Amino acid sequence: MSVKVMKFDVEKMQVALATDVGSTTTKARLFKKVDGVWRFICAGEAPTTVEKPFEDVTMGLRNAITEVEELTGHKLLKSDGSGLIIPYQGNNVGVDLYVSTSSAGGGLQMMVAGVVKTMTAESAERAALGAGAIVMDVMAIDDGRPPHKKIERMRFLRPDMILLAGGTDGGTVKHVVEMAELIKAAEPKPRFGLGYKLPIVYAGNRDAREHIKKTLGEAFDLTIVENIRPVLEIEVVEPARDAIHRLFMEHVMAHAPGYHKLTEWVMVPVMPTPAGEGMMFRTIAKMWNINVLGVGLGGATTNVYSVYEGKFVRTVSANLGMSYSITNVLKEAGVANIMRWLPFEMDEREVRNRLANKMIRPTTLPQTLDDLLVEHAVAREAIRLGFEHHKLLARGLRGVQRKRTIADIFEQSMETETYINMMNIQLIGGTGGLLSHTPRRQQAALILIDAFQPKGVTRLMCDSIFMMPHLGVLSTVHPKAAMEIFERDCIVKLGTVIALDGHAKSPGPAVKVTAHMPDGRTVEKVVNYGDIDRIPLRDDETATVVIEPTGDFDVGMGPGKKREATVWGGAAGIVIDARGRPLRLPEDFRQRREALLKWFRALNAYPEIIMSKEKI
Amino acid sequence: MSSQRSSQSAHAYTPGLRISELYRFRKTRRLPIPGEVLVNKGDKVNYYDIVARTNLPGDIQIISAAAILGVEPEELPLYVKRKVGEPVKKGDVIASYRAFFGLLKSEVKSPVDGYIEHISEVTGQIIVREPPIPVELDAYIPGIVTEIIPNEGVVIDCASTFIEGIFGIGGERHGEILVAVDSPKDELTLDMVSPKWKGKLVVGGSYASAEVLKKAMEIGAAGVVVGGVDFKDIRDFLGYEIGVAITGREDIPMTLIITEGFGKIPMASRTFNLFKVNEGRLACFDGATQIRAGVIRPEIVIPRDDVDPLSLPLESEVYVGGMQPGTKVRVIRAPYFGQLAKVVNLPIELQLVETESPVRVVEIELQDGRRVIVPRANVELFEW
Repeated sequence: MSVKVMKFDVEKMQVALATDVGSTTTKARLFKKVDGVWRFICAGEAPTTVEKPFEDVTMGLRNAITEVEELTGHKLLKSDGSGLIIPYQGNNVGVDLYVSTSSAGGGLQMMVAGVVKTMTAESAERAALGAGAIVMDVMAIDDGRPPHKKIERMRFLRPDMILLAGGTDGGTVKHVVEMAELIKAAEPKPRFGLGYKLPIVYAGNRDAREHIKKTLGEAFDLTIVENIRPVLEIEVVEPARDAIHRLFMEHVMAHAPGYHKLTEWVMVPVMPTPAGEGMMFRTIAKMWNINVLGVGLGGATTNVYSVYEGKFVRTVSANLGMSYSITNVLKEAGVANIMRWLPFEMDEREVRNRLANKMIRPTTLPQTLDDLLVEHAVAREAIRLGFEHHKLLARGLRGVQRKRTIADIFEQSMETETYINMMNIQLIGGTGGLLSHTPRRQQAALILIDAFQPKGVTRLMCDSIFMMPHLGVLSTVHPKAAMEIFERDCIVKLGTVIALDGHAKSPGPAVKVTAHMPDGRTVEKVVNYGDIDRIPLRDDETATVVIEPTGDFDVGMGPGKKREATVWGGAAGIVIDARGRPLRLPEDFRQRREALLKWFRALNAYPEIIMSKEKI
Repeated sequence: MSSQRSSQSAHAYTPGLRISELYRFRKTRRLPIPGEVLVNKGDKVNYYDIVARTNLPGDIQIISAAAILGVEPEELPLYVKRKVGEPVKKGDVIASYRAFFGLLKSEVKSPVDGYIEHISEVTGQIIVREPPIPVELDAYIPGIVTEIIPNEGVVIDCASTFIEGIFGIGGERHGEILVAVDSPKDELTLDMVSPKWKGKLVVGGSYASAEVLKKAMEIGAAGVVVGGVDFKDIRDFLGYEIGVAITGREDIPMTLIITEGFGKIPMASRTFNLFKVNEGRLACFDGATQIRAGVIRPEIVIPRDDVDPLSLPLESEVYVGGMQPGTKVRVIRAPYFGQLAKVVNLPIELQLVETESPVRVVEIELQDGRRVIVPRANVELFEW
């Protein structure tokens, strides 16, 4: 199939509809121009219908869109079920623009191959992740697996697409051709049937292109783009990323069961959900010229985004999520790490059964407070693990020769540590069903603080009702509308956290914070080591704060050094986190319960009724 | 109730698992790679009949030939003694290099029986592929071949009593149904395990522990189906933890299927009764479960040879209705997990539940007569 190319007169647009076909839920968002400004109007949601017996995502879409119609009285769907009424007809009928993202059916699943694991293979992995893919495996000549093991693995995987990189331009062609020969010998088959050739994007040494064509050209659908590492010092991911997006629409969406009709409904190509999300996090970092950490906590995956000193990195932990993959969080984190966030006793069997029941019935919602707390505990662990994974890829280009500072000697750099310094992160943002739908916004703030463990002064935000992917794809057609909605209706300011790095040797005061409030008042708080406290500040207000830590703690200026900052407010206000970093939870249940209740109460995070329950 | 308005039918609902006394079960049997289909459209097949076969490509052996010979990769073709496609035996010399009148001599021998697949002038490698591995595909269910997928497989239709489970482990198996408990509320216990279970699909009630499952496996049961098990016991039974629900390929000689969920949950009476009336009959069953990317639920197919499958409607022709007052449902989340109920009202407006979340809800009447409000997402359509 070919990708539709449409021309739009964005100035004339009045109504736009964006949907996201998630692995669990399909979400529709209606936007309208109101008094010359684009605003979010209404949301509708319904279970995704990629599964049997439906196997047609447009059924879930129709359900979600019907909910919007019911709630607004705005007619959107054609009565014969063949799509949307386009364009807007006036009198609350029709839309001018319909766009969609999708992560259902497993999203975009890719295999990545390169020559050196820590160099070209790592660059290829970053490119695939940046394009919104789930990377199933990273193959490299030096990954320690013998060729027959690699072949066995390739055959088993059945990816949607392969990205092959390797070598710098003008360098040896031998190794990247060797990898191509392995791929050819393995004959991996595409996930959706035998009826088409598996797409491969080649982004390696330019000089090897002819050999690659000879080796892979016949058996695969080969696309050749610019080298991802033309020289060791530079990484160029855009051409590979663009090719992946194009092939996603042309091949994967066209062959995925249940997607055929969706590709006919939309007016621009369907974008992978994480690509839409990532686009919005980059926009925030650019708009405010800050370093940003973001997380998209979904049903099947956890996406972590960082924009640090201009570098954008996205990682996806394919099997860490809140529904389909919830038991994998249990497996990876261990039941004790999940249960440490619960302020009540619960039988370990019961915790495991609850999570497993969520896995097999992924569209259910917590109705009771104890169920909600269990989900929030898992969320903390999923984000923590996702961020650990992210740090492994958010590091400098490896293999680059660097000058030593003490002598004129060259060495191979070993950039094993992440370049992300939590003291320099100015904003942490969260999106995804759970973070966008916490009954009290303070819960989202506390989950982000506990999972990311920010240091210094960090603003917190979340996506109001999960619409960052929608705005990301909308911005490809109408960037102005996307930004207007983003600023007015998408960002929910949760507050600002002031967090102390380090630990004290004894209890007692750890920090004094003096806040100069917008109404002219001055509020002073002294917070003890191990505690959280807060100063209420509305989301439309800012304040200036003077932070004076004791000698054991650092807030960005060095141990015991004073820092001044401007902070924004939100549901949680100014949160003073004097628990120290890295965060330590008491081992003993009673002490831990006391600590958790103290922290929950400090933020008024949960209703008192659940605090009194010691055992479930 | 805060709302007097009700939508005509609900949009946010979960389709329930299929439990059907008479059902046209359709199975697509597909080879992993193209091959030969051995049956024709309209043929009657039994579950053990082979319907298609193919040859999986053999494993490959990569030999760094240029390096062994001590020559440049581009010179390799000069020293290779065999052509691409030519068969070789283990130990055959496939390339050799001599210099200084034979004083310097190196050889490359084939490590396996097979044929030469590739000789690379770029990498200096020779690839030898081992002989193909034959794969045969059986019908899995008795029935009528209703479609041939050329070179790939067949579609078989079977008139059956059909029960879909919620989660399973272990692959396709066959066995006679043996109901080991008196009531769907009873647990399968260690003292019930009997040599009679060998080769059977053993039906329990509400629960089986890891010990019972292990013992059933030792006895040689083909499968066990119960309302629930503890998720922890799956780990104890398998020896490892399941992270993501993609199952069916576990290396175990017995298949386990649960019908309700994790924990101790009585099997739905209707399901239990269907097993009871079919006791002694053959069941074809599969524990394979996949919750995302094209859902696969475990299945138990009890073939009905007294009914012509072609006389039954196809699944796509069966009306899947929405939720309305009176619709029978099952609650699939705490605090009423596993309870059966009838829909009373479907208010449109969002309502706050205990978590303080505003959600779309449904008012239901439980079997004990209590009327309660639950999120609409927490019920599934279920005939009881």
